[in-house]
Amino acid sequence: MQALKQNTRSVNGLLGLTFALMIAAQFLIFVYVPTERTMGVVQRIFYFHVPLAWNAFLAFAIVFVCSILYLRSRDMKWDRLARSSAEIGLLFTTLVLITGTIWDKPAWGVWWTWDPRLTATLILWFIYLAYLFVSAYATEESQGARYAAVIGIIGFLDVPIVALAIVLWQTQHPSPLIFEGGLTGSMLLTLMVSIVAFTLLYLSLLILRNSLRRDTDEIKKLKQYMDERN
Amino acid sequence: MTTAQTDGYAIEAKRLIKRYGEHYALRGIDLSVKWGDFLAIFGPNGAGKTTLLKVLATIVKPSSGDASVAGFDLREDAVKVRQRIGVVSHQTLLYDDLSAYENLRFYGKMYEVPDLKDRINRLIAQVGLESRMHDPVRTFSRGMQQRLAIARALIHDPPILLLDEPGTGLDQHASAMLANIIISTLTGQRTIIMTTHSLEQGAALGNRIMIMANGKITYEESKQLDISSLREVYYQHTGVKN
Amino acid sequence: MRSAAGKTLAIVWKDITSEMRTKEIATSLIAFALLVIVVVSFTLEPGENTSPIAAGILWVAFTFAGVLGLSRSFATEKDKGCLQGLMLCPVDRSILYLGKMLSIVVFMIVVEIIIIPIFIVLLDQSGFPPQLAVIALLATIGFAAVGTLFSAMAVNTRAREVMMPLLFLPVASPVIIAAIKSTALVLSGGSWGDIASWLGVMAAFDAIFLAVSPLVFEFVIEE
Repeated sequence: MQALKQNTRSVNGLLGLTFALMIAAQFLIFVYVPTERTMGVVQRIFYFHVPLAWNAFLAFAIVFVCSILYLRSRDMKWDRLARSSAEIGLLFTTLVLITGTIWDKPAWGVWWTWDPRLTATLILWFIYLAYLFVSAYATEESQGARYAAVIGIIGFLDVPIVALAIVLWQTQHPSPLIFEGGLTGSMLLTLMVSIVAFTLLYLSLLILRNSLRRDTDEIKKLKQYMDERN
Repeated sequence: MTTAQTDGYAIEAKRLIKRYGEHYALRGIDLSVKWGDFLAIFGPNGAGKTTLLKVLATIVKPSSGDASVAGFDLREDAVKVRQRIGVVSHQTLLYDDLSAYENLRFYGKMYEVPDLKDRINRLIAQVGLESRMHDPVRTFSRGMQQRLAIARALIHDPPILLLDEPGTGLDQHASAMLANIIISTLTGQRTIIMTTHSLEQGAALGNRIMIMANGKITYEESKQLDISSLREVYYQHTGVKN
Repeated sequence: MRSAAGKTLAIVWKDITSEMRTKEIATSLIAFALLVIVVVSFTLEPGENTSPIAAGILWVAFTFAGVLGLSRSFATEKDKGCLQGLMLCPVDRSILYLGKMLSIVVFMIVVEIIIIPIFIVLLDQSGFPPQLAVIALLATIGFAAVGTLFSAMAVNTRAREVMMPLLFLPVASPVIIAAIKSTALVLSGGSWGDIASWLGVMAAFDAIFLAVSPLVFEFVIEE
C-alpha cells in the first residue's frame, strides 16, 4: 500500500509536468510560431506529426529492449512493459498516419500518397498490430509473451530495412512533398518543446498503462489463489 | 549404451516447478530414480504426469528447480540428455507418408546411430513389423504404429526410457503385445519411467510406484505392490476406483 | 560441424521424400499461384501493355503461395506431434530451423521454376531475363528466413490461418517491394546495374534474418 501511494505521488508529478508542457506546446504551436509561407496554416500539423513519429519509434525501441530482457529473464514485468509500450506505440502510429494524411491532403488534394514516410509508418503500424495479435491469440500467457517478444525483436530489426526499401523506391519516383528552406529559430523552439511534451506524454501513458496491467495481473493471481483454496 | 551404469542416480530432480501463466502444472517435484528401476506413475488427468515426463525429456523447460538425467543437467547439457533417452508418448511421433524403414532411418541419422541399416533391420524384427517395413506408416493400425514408435524410441539404444501412457487407444491384444515388447527389449538394463492409467500394467511391470495429483507426488512406494493393494492406495489418494 | 550438416540435410531429405509421396504441397501451391495470376489478370484489358503490372502480379502470386506453403510446412509437423519428435533429437534448435528453412526454399524454387515460364506466356512478356533467377533466389531465401519462424509461431496459436499472413506480410514487405520493383525493371529490359540496389536490399534482409532467426527459434518451439 505504501508503495502504491508513493508511486502515485511521483506519477502525479509527471502528469502535472506533462500537462504544463503540453499547454506550453499548444501555445507555441498555435499562437507563437508564425504561419509557414508555402503550406499555410495546415503546416502546424508538423509540430504534432514529428513528435508523434519520434515517439512511435521510441515506443518500438522500448518494445525491442523489453523483449530481449524478457526472453533472458522470463520475468513477466518486462513483458508487461513491452505490451504497454506496444499499445501506446500503436496509438501514436495511428496518429502519425492521421496527421500525415491531413497534412498531405490540402497540398495534393488526395487523402493518401505513397510517400516514404507514410508508407513506412503504415508498415510499422502493421508490425505493431502483428505484435498485439500474437499476444492476444496465443494459447496461454507465457507463450503469448514469448511470441510477442520474438516479434518485438524481429519487427524492430526490420524497421531500418523497410525504411531502406521505401526510400529506394521513392528515389526512383521522387516524392512531391518537399520542405522548403530550413527551420527558423521560433520553429525550432516550438518543435523542441512539442517533442519534449509528447515524449513526456508517452512516458506518462506508459507508466499508467503498465501499472494498470500490473494491478490486473496481481488481481488475477489473487483470484487464482482463492479459487485453489476452495 | 546399455551397459548399466551403477554409480549415481539415473534421474534426480529437485523441486521441479512448471508454471503456465497462472496455472501450476508441477508444484515442486522431488524425484530420485536408480539405474535399472522401473517406475510406474499413476494419477488422474491433469495431475502433471505428462508435464513431468516432458520436462525430463527436455522438451519443456521447468520454471524453476533442477534435474539431472543420466548424469547430465537438463538445462546445461540438454543435447547430451536427449542422446540418452528414448520417449514413447501417446502420439506416435512418426511421419505418415514415410515408410517404417524411412522413419527409423531419419531418426537414426538425427541420433547419429552407427551401422544404421543393421540396427533398423534388427529393431523392426524385434517389434514384429518385417513384413510391413517398406509400407507407409499411414497404412498401419494403431497398434502397429505404437510398436514402430517403440522401435523409434530404441533406435539409439538409450539407457533411459520415458513412456507416456503408451497403451492409449490400444485394444487388449495390442496392449498385451506392447507390454511383452517392453519387457523383452529391456533385459533389466534400462531405466524406465512409465505413466499409465492401467493399474494392472503398472503393478505388473513396475518395481516402484508413484501417484501424482495436482502437480504433486502424493504417494511413493519403493517396492512392487500387488494389484489389490495398489487399487486400495489409488482410491485413497485420488478418490477414483480403477 | 559435419554432423550438423548431416542432420540438417536429413530434415530436408525427410521433407522432400514426404512431399514426393503425396505431392500435396507442390500441387496446391502451383495451382494457387496460377489462380492468383489468372484472377488478378482480370483487371487487365486484352492487348494492354502489361509489363508494369506483370511484375506485381507475379510476386503477389508468389507471396500468397509462399504464405500458404509456409503454413503447411509446420502444420504437418504439428498435427502428428512430429514437432515433439524433432525436439527430442539431440540437436541444437537452430539445426531444426535450418532444415525446415532449406526445405521451404527447395519447395518454393520448384514452384517458381514451373510458374515463371507459364507466367511469361500468360502475361505475354518478351522472354526470360536471367536476372530474374537471382531475384527469385534472394527473395525466396528472404521469405523462408522469416517465414519459417512465423510459421512455427502461427501453428501454435489460435486462428493460425490468419496469423501467418498477418505476421509475415508486414515484416517481409521490403523483400516484396524489392522483388516487384527489380522484376519490373528486368522485364522491361533493365540491366544488372539497374537492379543492383534492390538486390542489395534483399541481400541485407536475408543476411540479418538468417543470422537472427535461428537464435530466436528456440523460444518459439519450446513450451
